[in-house]
Amino acid sequence: MTGTTLYDKIWNAHQVEAQADGNGLLYIDRHLVHEVTSPQAFEGLRMSGRNVRAPHKVLALADHNIPTTDRTGGVEAIADPESKLQIQTLEKNCAEFGIEYVAMDDIRQGIVHVTGPEQGFTLPGLTIVCGDSHTSTHGAFGALAHGIGTSEVEHVLATQTLIQSKAKNFRINVVGDAPDHVTAKDIALAIIGEIGTAGGTGYVLEYAGPAIEALSMEGRMTLCNMSIEAGARAGLVAPDEKTYAFLEGRAKAPKGEDWDKAVAYWRTLSSDADAVFDKEITIDASDLPPLVTWGTSPQDVISIEGAVPNPADIADEARRKSTERALDYMGLTAGTPMQEVAIDRVFIGSCTNSRIEDLRAAAAIAKGKTVASRVSAMVVPGSGLIKQQAEEEGLDKIFIAAGFEWREPGCSMCLAMNADKLAPGERCASTSNRNFEGRQGRGGRTHLVSPEMAAAAAVTGHFTDIRNLKAEG
Amino acid sequence: MQKFNQLTGIAAPLDILNVDTDMIIPKQFLKTIQRSGLGKNLFDEMRFTPEGEEVADFVLNQPAYREAEILVAGDNFGCGSSREHAPWALLDFGIRCIIATSFADIFYNNCFKNGILPIVLPQEDVDKLMEDAKRGANATVTIDLESQTIKGPDGGTIAFEVDAFRKKCLLEGLDDIGLTLQRGDAIDAYETDLASQPWR
Ligand code: SF4
Repeated sequence: MTGTTLYDKIWNAHQVEAQADGNGLLYIDRHLVHEVTSPQAFEGLRMSGRNVRAPHKVLALADHNIPTTDRTGGVEAIADPESKLQIQTLEKNCAEFGIEYVAMDDIRQGIVHVTGPEQGFTLPGLTIVCGDSHTSTHGAFGALAHGIGTSEVEHVLATQTLIQSKAKNFRINVVGDAPDHVTAKDIALAIIGEIGTAGGTGYVLEYAGPAIEALSMEGRMTLCNMSIEAGARAGLVAPDEKTYAFLEGRAKAPKGEDWDKAVAYWRTLSSDADAVFDKEITIDASDLPPLVTWGTSPQDVISIEGAVPNPADIADEARRKSTERALDYMGLTAGTPMQEVAIDRVFIGSCTNSRIEDLRAAAAIAKGKTVASRVSAMVVPGSGLIKQQAEEEGLDKIFIAAGFEWREPGCSMCLAMNADKLAPGERCASTSNRNFEGRQGRGGRTHLVSPEMAAAAAVTGHFTDIRNLKAEG
Repeated sequence: MQKFNQLTGIAAPLDILNVDTDMIIPKQFLKTIQRSGLGKNLFDEMRFTPEGEEVADFVLNQPAYREAEILVAGDNFGCGSSREHAPWALLDFGIRCIIATSFADIFYNNCFKNGILPIVLPQEDVDKLMEDAKRGANATVTIDLESQTIKGPDGGTIAFEVDAFRKKCLLEGLDDIGLTLQRGDAIDAYETDLASQPWR
């Protein structure tokens, strides 16, 4: 008999029942809820007279829609009436169904995928869902975590289970030492560039190899976060000492004897040496440059030393047309070196890159420099606790002195549901995860980069090879 | 949930790769706390100018396709966010079936929960249906879920695959939650066993 993959181990441990058609009824250990994808689910429960089965396994907060400017007026003072109603609806639903709600003025408030791990709500070997595709982030802890739609949110609330089809196993080995200034974000973009945005469809990705082991927990979260951009339902990294060190002592992590018992179990959570994967690739991190996207899909990646691609070089007609469409939208001319592309805005934040390590890396670049006069730049920490820590370390002062705005935590300009958005035609260096048309505001042009690269672009006014900027500085 | 048995309707060609959920329903419309009413904003930024005027050449604005019930589209349809507002908007507009070579996972799932049938076909079949769809209202298509076939305007038939459980739910308009609640004993038993892992 061959060995078992990490994904299969977690699946097997959570399957309540196998269905005749091959689907499984999976038990869900943790459910994160936010304001945008939950109102219709709670409404559905009310309409059918159903209850929340295990309210203590649910944690709710508002992140997508909330203002990141001054919040001293509280929810009442939110200017947009629809945003306000959505947040108040979540508060009300949580109270009605007995779910823990992290309020806007709570220091723990933040982006769901930042707050979950920070509170130890996320643990290895669990199944975790949220009505949000970037739930894949939690896979960094060796948890099977994925996004679900609102009907499934309702299903999990009512039954604490989910009907799932079994995905296939895809291992991505990342070998070699990533050079200085090549971050987890660059590794994620390199993988998506390699396999494409549909390359992971139908699979759960397991990231493995020395370059993954070398990543911090923050880096692993960045990587797993972007799994969905490769089309995969979830991404996984096997838990190790770094995982346990990150979690130990966190508010919702087990304590004492339970902790020891949990760690002993977590140590069994890795793919067996003889496990067979349906697909496997290897990427050498030591070859990677810092990357930037040029188009309107996360697979449109290129080295910072590269140039805007030429559609005329693409043989396949559908691809050529889609590249032409992307360049037209992005306002880019084929052959332009990426480093000559000037930017208007910089966004450092999102569940991909808003953790303390990201802010430290960006601050190290911004320190003593000034944001270029043509650029407006903002930093949006992933949670209140990260904001507090950054302020203790003086990072806020570095950013503010350089001319960045320093905001309250939330999703902000990652998806531009609140007031933070690009104007039509504005070009943004963004540490978020999606460069789709209109993602950061109608007509806005998004280029995905790492926090260091975003900070470098902010201070020079155009995309800049961070490796050279360091050498000059 | 609305049942899906047989559908005869106009198919609109949306010849774009990677149609993402931000295109299908831009985020400014996600602030609703209801399911209905999103159809008017379906494909908003492609269908309307910033001033709110219709973009004449966008497919769903063309007279032949205003009543379309089927979409034929490029690879990786529905990629991006988990927002179920995307299928809600499609359904509210009147789209009951989408045909493409591939779909993003979460979107694909969400369709079935809302009485929409997403059909995956090989490239050559999609190309054929795309060409047919370009002929507009003269080219209605019949989708029959029971027999898993698509009948094109010229009488040709294409077979498609669909998961048996999902097919049953669509045909009968079954509510997943109701079905799972019938498995309550199994869930109770599973939860009892959880005592050995108190951190869960
Ligand atoms: S930060 Fe962006 S990607 Fe992450 S949960 Fe918020 S909107 Fe989604």
